[in-house]
Amino acid sequence: MTFARAAVTVCAVLAASLCSATGAHAGRVTAVDIDKSAIAFVSKQMNVPVEGKFRKFSAQLAFDPAQPSQGRVEVEVDLASIDTGSDEANDEVKSKGWFDVKNHPTARFVSSSVKSLGAGRYEVAGKLTIKGRSKDVTAPFTYKSAGTGGMFEGAFALKRLDYGIGEGAWSDTDTVANEVQIKFRFSGTAASPRQ
Amino acid sequence: MSIARPRYTVAAITLHWLTAVLIVASVSLGLYMVGLKLSPLKLRLYSWHKWVGVTIFLLVATRLIWRATHAPPPLPAGPRWQQVAAALNHWLLYALLVCIPLSGWLMSSAYGVPVVYFGLIQLPDLVAKHKELGDVLKQLHKALAFTMLALVALHVIAALKHHMMDRDDVLHRMLPLVKPLEERKP
Repeated sequence: MTFARAAVTVCAVLAASLCSATGAHAGRVTAVDIDKSAIAFVSKQMNVPVEGKFRKFSAQLAFDPAQPSQGRVEVEVDLASIDTGSDEANDEVKSKGWFDVKNHPTARFVSSSVKSLGAGRYEVAGKLTIKGRSKDVTAPFTYKSAGTGGMFEGAFALKRLDYGIGEGAWSDTDTVANEVQIKFRFSGTAASPRQ
Repeated sequence: MSIARPRYTVAAITLHWLTAVLIVASVSLGLYMVGLKLSPLKLRLYSWHKWVGVTIFLLVATRLIWRATHAPPPLPAGPRWQQVAAALNHWLLYALLVCIPLSGWLMSSAYGVPVVYFGLIQLPDLVAKHKELGDVLKQLHKALAFTMLALVALHVIAALKHHMMDRDDVLHRMLPLVKPLEERKP
């Protein structure tokens, strides 16, 4: 275990030095400034759109608008950090019938491909795992370069029941719709500020 | 020869009783739903409560237009303070029936939950999401609603007093499906 971790660290350091050795050209981003990033969602209750967000998440990414297909991203969301807008609902959605955060504390997205849609628009595909269930998702996003970094913004819809989010009485989609809109914003930076 | 004593118009009577029924529904829903544990039923009842509230607001707005264009039938002769009290209570009720739905709508916006009338028409959020403001508006909504209940009780007691003790036509002129009373000959 310790050896594996050490090996990963060595690899990461090697990769990072390789990057700087080849001279990371402007536009390529390899880290995320979490403070300037956000993951929000909009669910519909009785057709009423209600916005919420996750306060804690981490993301690793590499993206170069000159070579978008080389891009990759991994996002991990701390599900207990959910903010639905009310304390009562925050407690409810952490429970077993919803996210079951005790047994499944994080949601995870791992990209498998990124492609350009033209005019600063892209699409990422990958696997989203929540509550132990994995589904393929694709999300269109925009990327705007700014200085040495850039901003990713996008959204996609998921079906909560695909992941068993809101079971039992809550599986009635007339009250809480099955479809949930996920909106994300990631501030990419040229180098990880933590390194 | 007899003269029919003036009554409220059919429009006014319909609006009055519809509003009365909806107030009972709205208050019952409101008192019941707030005590519920979060559940699909609770979310449904909150939505219904809001729909009823918006409907009351629209009915009262219509009634105010009616009032502006029609003179209500005259009150029977009686002490001046009673006539003033009756008018005051009516106008306070109108004001509350406008302000209570408004405070509910604002509260909902402040809590970040828009009002979608019948699940179809989304009302604009008049204030941005702000939980503390929502808490204040919640207390206001509650206080106004309980004030209204007290005034409704007064309104009902006064109507019954006129009907049963004074035996005049104050209640009669607002009752649906009754024939106008005839002017009693002296």
